[in-house]
Amino acid sequence: MRRWLAAVSITMASVLGLAACGGGGGGTASQAPAASGGGKQQVEVFSWWTGPGEADGLKAMRKIFEEKNPNYTFFDAAVAGGSGDKAKALLQSKLQANTPPDTFQGHAGAELQGYIKAGNLEDLTALYDELKLKDVFPAQLVEQISVDGKIYSVPVNIHRSNVLWFNPAVLKEAGVAAAPKTIEEFLAALEKVKAKGKIPLSIGSEWTVTHLMESVLLGTLGADAYNALFKPGADWNSAQVTTALTNFAKIMEYAGDPQDDWQPAAKQVADGQAAFNIMGDWAYGYFHNPPEGGLGKKSKTDFDWAPAPGTEGTYLWLSDSFTLPKGAKNRDGAMAWLKVAASKEGQDAFNPMKGSIPARKDADQSLYTDYLADALKDWSSNKLAGSIQHGVAVNQPWLAAINEAVGLYVGSKDVKALQQGLADAATANAQ
Amino acid sequence: MRRARTWLPGLLLVAPSIILIGVFVYGMLGWNFRVAMTDQHDAVSEGRFVGLQNFIDIWDQPRWHLSVNHAIMFTIVFVLGALALGWFLAFLMEKGIRGEGTFRAIYLFPMAISFVATGIVWRWLMNSGTQERAVGLNRLFDWIGLPQWQWFRDQEWGMAAMALPAIWQMSGYVMALFLAGFRGVPEELREAARVDGCSEWGVYRHVVLPLLRPVTLSALIILGHISLKVFDLIVAVSGKQIVTDVPAVFMWVAVFDSNDPAKGATIAAYIVLSVAIFVIPYLIWSVRKERRS
Repeated sequence: MRRWLAAVSITMASVLGLAACGGGGGGTASQAPAASGGGKQQVEVFSWWTGPGEADGLKAMRKIFEEKNPNYTFFDAAVAGGSGDKAKALLQSKLQANTPPDTFQGHAGAELQGYIKAGNLEDLTALYDELKLKDVFPAQLVEQISVDGKIYSVPVNIHRSNVLWFNPAVLKEAGVAAAPKTIEEFLAALEKVKAKGKIPLSIGSEWTVTHLMESVLLGTLGADAYNALFKPGADWNSAQVTTALTNFAKIMEYAGDPQDDWQPAAKQVADGQAAFNIMGDWAYGYFHNPPEGGLGKKSKTDFDWAPAPGTEGTYLWLSDSFTLPKGAKNRDGAMAWLKVAASKEGQDAFNPMKGSIPARKDADQSLYTDYLADALKDWSSNKLAGSIQHGVAVNQPWLAAINEAVGLYVGSKDVKALQQGLADAATANAQ
Repeated sequence: MRRARTWLPGLLLVAPSIILIGVFVYGMLGWNFRVAMTDQHDAVSEGRFVGLQNFIDIWDQPRWHLSVNHAIMFTIVFVLGALALGWFLAFLMEKGIRGEGTFRAIYLFPMAISFVATGIVWRWLMNSGTQERAVGLNRLFDWIGLPQWQWFRDQEWGMAAMALPAIWQMSGYVMALFLAGFRGVPEELREAARVDGCSEWGVYRHVVLPLLRPVTLSALIILGHISLKVFDLIVAVSGKQIVTDVPAVFMWVAVFDSNDPAKGATIAAYIVLSVAIFVIPYLIWSVRKERRS
């Protein structure tokens, strides 16, 4: 009898032990936010802003939110990892388990299509009407983030993807008078730098090559033809695209050894080892910020910028935005957060820290200096085109297919296969 | 009742593990194969049964060929490298050297580190910069006048370089296995061989090595299955890049980036099958051996 009891008690203990393990295994991000003391309700805000700059911006916006909403506490469910790789995977599993955060960050535009199609997001058109957001956001932006006339996210900032960063000293040494304005000038400048023995164009991991390709596509095709590539029935097999990809291949011949990520590639320009780098404007923060988070370089002397060759007058944009998932535990709290994110005050607190410009047209211009002043000016006057790599123009599966084609191209150098791959990706995923 | 008393406590004791393994290992495996045989190619569709279609279609994709080739090259270099280095380390220590405990700890130490941490260190060591831009191993090679490499970024041999951190990590463990094997060879057998006129090399070749066969086989199984499902090391060193694509990374991309559960499940099924090719013959062999003895 005693042995019996012992066996049963061990069994029970092991079952309970396992259950305890299962419950306690999550990290901070998977903790279920519960109503905390004092009658305050938590609002779980899910993002991938944990790095310097971006986390500071989130903090600034959080402060405004908490001042305006004394009934709510802010629960920061940020998951570390560049461009949201890990955050998106965790988010996917949370959505599938039907335990969404109250609001989550996502790139505005086609990247959200997967969530919309799966019925994960609430339509925010009513919020846009209530706050008259259609009047303060550029019309083309509203059009590019609308899906069947409905809007599902509130953009808090705008980044620019088509920026050519260069080292003025290296250009001078190579005899290049000014930043190249066309692809032809760019190729000539690359050749001159090569003759001096420096790296003409620095690149990072494979996604930075896709990033480069989108700028070359835009620079060759022009904004209208570029934007048309993402409409249903677009012809990726056209001769124009062939020309663009041939340009891309020619430019890639001048690329240096691939670096680990975009930062080491940008650093080669800052250090004067390389002449050019095409990267989004988050590179400005990296060049310019003091040494803890950046390189502490002087703008215009140590590094300088221009629109990527052939893309002057077009703003190849991307935007971080917040959404309202269906089944959010604290829907009212999430709405309160979205209102702060959409407000002039919220965006002006967030963006100077993050190193981006606000999506609103009525922002306080004096807060944005140096590069950001340039960006703000161009944003209000330029044509808009959506970034491929950063989730505006194409949805996630489409982007994965494009990255696959580009990754295979890096190995094979086969332009024809690249075009076929891009065309297949479009046919399989366009909607 | 009396009989129940003899078997029931034992069964109750193991029942939780049997149930949990049944559900979370074999149940999930079954579920995976089920998904792999449907056309559920996005997050929302239900998915109809299509049989082995996905298993055939994936061979049309250039990326799949690439990732399989990469996995094969990685496996060959890693398994042979770790076996050879582990055997050599054990051989050095076999005769009993001074401070053996310390060496054992040093050689075994890498195994205590996770593949992710190893990967982050080796990512720097295997930086592809050359000449004045060299860091890590290339800096060292530059300094002592050896040629510098592209390491894992090399299109053809990159996966061989990727196997280096894995060899670094696992060879100490293989050494421990072989050392136990060496020590398990009775001294009398060696003596007998020497008396029969065997040279010291002959003793190894004809007596010790044949007796090491079971150890070698276990090491092969352990290394082989680690190698075929390798994921964390690759992602830590190079991220999800095509240049170092392996089936496990491709599976991650298929599920989380392409939102294609059926494709991901198909790749997972191939990984399980490839591991089974290693493990099942071993299981059969060991069961037979146990029966014989």
